[in-house]
Amino acid sequence: MSLSSLDKSPTEEAAPGKAIVQMVGVEKWFGDFHVLKDIDLVVDQGEKIVICGPSGSGKSTMIRCINALEEYQRGRIIVDGVPLTQNLKNIETVRSEVGMVFQQFNLFPHLTVLENLTLAPIWVRKVPKREAEETAMYFLQRVKIPEQAKKYPGQLSGGQQQRVAIARSLCMRPKVMLFDEPTSALDPEMIKEVLEVMIELAQDGMTMLVVTHEMGFARTVANRVIFMDEGRIVEQNAPEAFFNNPKSDRTKLFLSQILAH
Amino acid sequence: MTDPTLTAAADEQRPPFWRTGAAGWVRTNLFNTWYNAVLTVLILWGAVAVIPPMMDWLILNAVWGDVGPDACREAGAGACWSFIHEKYRLILFGLYPFDEQWRPLVGLVVFIALLGVTMRRQLWGRPLALAWAVGAPAILILMYGGVFGLTYVPNTNWGGLPLTLGLSVVGLVVAFPLGILLALGRRSEMPIVRSLSVVYIELIRGVPLITILFMASVLFPLFLPSGVTIDKLLRAQVGMILFAAAYLAEVVRGGLQAIPKGQYEAADSLGLGYWRKMRLIILPQALRISIPPLVNTFIGFFKDTTLVIIIGLFDLLNSAKTALTDRAWAGFYIEAYLFCAIIYFIFCYSMSRYSQNLEAKLETGHKRRR
Repeated sequence: MSLSSLDKSPTEEAAPGKAIVQMVGVEKWFGDFHVLKDIDLVVDQGEKIVICGPSGSGKSTMIRCINALEEYQRGRIIVDGVPLTQNLKNIETVRSEVGMVFQQFNLFPHLTVLENLTLAPIWVRKVPKREAEETAMYFLQRVKIPEQAKKYPGQLSGGQQQRVAIARSLCMRPKVMLFDEPTSALDPEMIKEVLEVMIELAQDGMTMLVVTHEMGFARTVANRVIFMDEGRIVEQNAPEAFFNNPKSDRTKLFLSQILAH
Repeated sequence: MTDPTLTAAADEQRPPFWRTGAAGWVRTNLFNTWYNAVLTVLILWGAVAVIPPMMDWLILNAVWGDVGPDACREAGAGACWSFIHEKYRLILFGLYPFDEQWRPLVGLVVFIALLGVTMRRQLWGRPLALAWAVGAPAILILMYGGVFGLTYVPNTNWGGLPLTLGLSVVGLVVAFPLGILLALGRRSEMPIVRSLSVVYIELIRGVPLITILFMASVLFPLFLPSGVTIDKLLRAQVGMILFAAAYLAEVVRGGLQAIPKGQYEAADSLGLGYWRKMRLIILPQALRISIPPLVNTFIGFFKDTTLVIIIGLFDLLNSAKTALTDRAWAGFYIEAYLFCAIIYFIFCYSMSRYSQNLEAKLETGHKRRR
């Protein structure tokens, strides 16, 4: 296993400056449960990747490995040239370069929206408060809720909270954005407002890895759609080919179920 | 509006009179079921039986003012408040030299004033820090003396309310951060830190405070090289801090556990790092939800300070007991204990009210999301 990953690595690292996330032969276990099996994934700068698959297929776990919210036991992950190892400093560097949006928003309830947005820039990037607030207001405008700056997260709707969460990540000027089922906890009308923000972000050239079942979003913005099952990347392709011409039976079954309604 | 059918309809929509006003309240709250009615009657009867005689004893027949103990021993005499009149300085200030008792009094007033100001979060800042930096040494100078023409009073003579308040406030101020560190240690991913925290907490919690004070007082000096002595009051204070820290650690840990995992992950994903994550994200939320049990512990600790009698320190309650040893005034222990109870109650109730106030202020409007 480790040998084969070594074989692959030279070719995959051959495009310097272009690949921003590289996962090589990544394996992960939760106890005895083998969640990620031989994951090889290279994400180029500006690429938008949608990851789908049945629940428990390891898709969330995979993107959570990219900012070290999950550890992995074998293989290598390199983000923007920084290898993710046990080294805490590397981990914190990678985390400050990689934005993450969660299914449950995870805004800080004891801070106002503005404070949520300025906290990390001020404490991690050492940006002066004034400047951090200007940046925060800019991104709040981008996600179309500048008027909520002084409110607390608990006073906002789910869709608004998720947009604040996206803005919070953007304030760190990340090089990659990870989305872990960003619309799964939202009502249908709120899904739309969040997806709109994400589409705009994609059009601006952000590198994005999105775990979602929003296939319309995948068709609109994705360069590549990845289908995972039982911890493996089963199939990956451009959206047209992926949806119209799936190769594996497992993908066909999944697509028939998810597109049926 | 003049349509008669409309006003008639409005009349009908009004609740019937026995459902509103005082009558309605009595009916729905006191006599809504037969057993509630029985309870109401019983309690009223009990109140009538108890309250008037109590008032007689407490106030109407009580002996007030500067009269000797004999007046209190006359038949039909109520509470002997002249005992308190005679002894309140001993109770409040213990064995502190009588003529110098203005010093602990001034110290006490300054201390309580500083605490009162500190309770207002909007006043936190450099001026307040400065006030403490000046106030705290000033209080100590007042209490110890030995300079500025003040006679020296060793802290073995300190007692009463200043001792109770000093031991508990200093104890809590030092024990609280220690408790937070222990709580974080117990949840640490580093096995050695975690085991040390667990062992400390379980060991200290498993032992009565009296034992710790006793060990601090009697056992600890045995380990010191001969000739080296550590102040008795300091030893008691350290013992109480070590004890309180273990309890506070568990309260804080409870709060930490209530914070959803997503908060940790969001802080991590922003690259905050462990200490900033804890200080800026996790602890502010964890401590807020821990306010009720924290105050519970604070109040308990405040009252536990009275156990310092075991090593011969005279706090408020023990000074009151000392006052009772006066042969001439023997037997008026109810008055002495009531007096102490009122003082304890004022402080504990203030803490309770303040914590409720603080909780309301820190509430950010809506429930947290899981």
